[in-house]
Amino acid sequence: MARRPVTLIAGGLAAVLLALLLAPLAVLGLRADSVALSGADLAALRFTLLQAAVSALLSVLLAVPVAKALARRRFVGRGALISLLGAPFLLPTIVAVLGLLTVFGRSGWVNDLLGALGLPQVSIYGFHGVVLAHVFFNMPLAVRMILQGWQAIPAERFRLAASLGFGPAETARHLEYPMLRAVLPGAALVIFGICLTSFAVALTLGGGPRATTVELAIYQALRFEFDLGAAARLALLQLAICALAFALATRFTVPSAFGAGKDAAGGPPAPAGWRRGADGVCLLLAGLFVMLPLLAIALRGLPGIMTLPPQVWAATLRSVVVALASTVLAMGLAVTLALAAARTRRVWPGLVATLPLAASSLVLGTGLFLIALPLTRPADLALPVTVLVNAMLALPFVYRVLAPEARSLEADYGRLADALGMIGFARLRWLILPRLARPLGFGAGLVAALSMGDLGVIALFASEQGATLPLLVQRLIGAYRMDTAASAALLLVSLSFALFWAFDAGGRRYAAS
Amino acid sequence: MKSLTTALGLVCLASMATAESHATDKPVLSVLTYDSFTSEWGPGPAVEAAFEATCGCDLQFVGAGDGAALLARVQLEGGQSDASVVLGLDTNLTAQAAATGLFASHGVTAPNALPVAFDDPLFVPFDWGWFAFVYETAKLPTPPRSFPELAASDLKIVIQDPRSSTPGLGLLMWVKAAYGDKAPELWADLADNIVTVTPGWSEAYGLFLEGEADMVLSYTTSPAYHLIAEEDAGKAAAAFDEGHYMQVEVAAKLASAPQPELADQFLAFIATDAFQSVIPTTNWMYPAYPTAETLPEGFEQMIAPQTSLLLSAEEAFALRTQALDEWRAALSR
Repeated sequence: MARRPVTLIAGGLAAVLLALLLAPLAVLGLRADSVALSGADLAALRFTLLQAAVSALLSVLLAVPVAKALARRRFVGRGALISLLGAPFLLPTIVAVLGLLTVFGRSGWVNDLLGALGLPQVSIYGFHGVVLAHVFFNMPLAVRMILQGWQAIPAERFRLAASLGFGPAETARHLEYPMLRAVLPGAALVIFGICLTSFAVALTLGGGPRATTVELAIYQALRFEFDLGAAARLALLQLAICALAFALATRFTVPSAFGAGKDAAGGPPAPAGWRRGADGVCLLLAGLFVMLPLLAIALRGLPGIMTLPPQVWAATLRSVVVALASTVLAMGLAVTLALAAARTRRVWPGLVATLPLAASSLVLGTGLFLIALPLTRPADLALPVTVLVNAMLALPFVYRVLAPEARSLEADYGRLADALGMIGFARLRWLILPRLARPLGFGAGLVAALSMGDLGVIALFASEQGATLPLLVQRLIGAYRMDTAASAALLLVSLSFALFWAFDAGGRRYAAS
Repeated sequence: MKSLTTALGLVCLASMATAESHATDKPVLSVLTYDSFTSEWGPGPAVEAAFEATCGCDLQFVGAGDGAALLARVQLEGGQSDASVVLGLDTNLTAQAAATGLFASHGVTAPNALPVAFDDPLFVPFDWGWFAFVYETAKLPTPPRSFPELAASDLKIVIQDPRSSTPGLGLLMWVKAAYGDKAPELWADLADNIVTVTPGWSEAYGLFLEGEADMVLSYTTSPAYHLIAEEDAGKAAAAFDEGHYMQVEVAAKLASAPQPELADQFLAFIATDAFQSVIPTTNWMYPAYPTAETLPEGFEQMIAPQTSLLLSAEEAFALRTQALDEWRAALSR
């Protein structure tokens, strides 16, 4: 049978994506002749790998019991809690750091409480602080991905297990373990990838130059030393590490094969007894961990929210337009690549969709700037480039959310659809959209919110007029206006969250109907 | 591929939203500067209005991140920049900037009002300040009076990373200028006072205001913002016996300037009252040229260090790599 159009289109898109990732390195003057890393670079590389690996493992391990509890318990506020789990991931760095410090900082709530109880103080600064922040950002994301996996196990399988007299241990072994083998490596991979390029969080909470990451070395090379070649080499190193991590995750991933279900209602069994209590404690702790810093941000920003200066609203509109455009672009890319991966069973769509994770946004921005320079005024391209880069940087997350389900969909319904001659638009409309509505909504919500919050490249391109909301927050802080900045940040967070919620809830509702 | 068409439509819409009005026939003078200069709360808008009233031109500020990003941007653009003037480099970067050969000499002869002799053929100073550690008077009645006193205390400070921030680089040069070969020991003594090192000024100042540290590296004039704009007299800068290192911010004409005459006119305008009187309450720094009026009320309460330290641009550039290595080694232990 001839190759399907979707595979050809995906191949074309993958080539364009690869070119967009590599061209900036090329124009920055990547030369292979000097690949030697300095002692400082090696120390930065060691720290970067260690913190990324620990953050990813811890995030994923902690997420499993939380996701399991969410999958099998029903309680008031469950939907709200699931939605809120998307929030930390979407926070702009500086806002999140200040929120975390209000709770865990030297004069934060935790230390106030410890002080009142006469206990010694804890310090957030150091390796553990970096990991804590990364777990705060990413553990909730992992929960959502794993929960998605639990919900994808057909209810019939759980009922079958119950009628066979399976206890919780057997259910875990025969149903949940295979699902985790399919989902966990991918979730750990994206979190490892995000933490790989962490820079402001790692430095600020790491407590000093011990916590230097490769991304900081890139920043230094680009900004202070103007050593473009060094920046390109370090950026290539990040991409290579990411590709390696992808290969590792792919090796460990075993696709689940539960087969299709009848979409009957009902999730995993909810055993009573101590497990009920354990689930409760688990949800309470995770909820507090995520909610307290968010509460701190809300309390800080609320007083000034009604008196925001007018520039904020123009910037808000610009940010929403950018976010929606990025969403459309990223979803188009992700769906095409995920379907191509499911059909061809090849790894290239996944690899291409994963690499942007480790792309240094600074290098990407600088490279695109150099490419745009001879063609036009860079300031005129500020928003289109932001849309493009946001879509690229968000692609790995959406892809990770879509890929496992697209694969099951193809395995379960692909041959039937082929037999029915259901191809092209009809297949998209009647099979793919309805069956993937839930991950599509979640994924679109992630891109939209990420694009609202991302500062990535706009700082390099932006002119006087074109500021987006995150850039404006940065400018307010730069002008000492911390209170106004806190309120603008709260607006940014609320809007990101509203966009996320609208897509996510929309997807869930469509899937349920 | 309907989604892609929609995406392209939205992108077009987005670029229309940014398109600037090119409707005027006036010549455009483009000035590349750092973000907080051109922001709504910086000196940009007032300076633009005052200059446009006399030049018969359209002055456009283009923001490019922070001070360090500016120089990188100029180097990226090579000789192809739209900009005629670059405004916002500091003296720790000017040697590197001069070496690029991308800047042209200026003809400004007005005597400046800096506390140290400053005369550079390429760079015109537009404002300056002293670096200082800022603290809350209520929490810290007797602040340290020198670096060794600070190092011996158990006070906690937040500083900026010299690899990513110009104030961070300023502190590095401050310690180097005051302690020379003894700088590594001083950093080693300071290590346990440093809560953390942030990528930029914003994060450090934010952490300080949240109560994460007793002192933060900023400027002697930072308390003036709180005093004048927030009527909060509770912040002060600690006076150090070693003297205070200065940040001198400068502007320069690009050799490739599309509007060389307007650029010269703008550099001359920097030395006038119309530009300088805007600086204190927007950039929260000191004017680099004499102003008609005295400084706004509140500035007289700021500390005025007896000794001003400033390495020449060449010295600062020559010492940077070594100073950075010493800093990193001392704080990485």
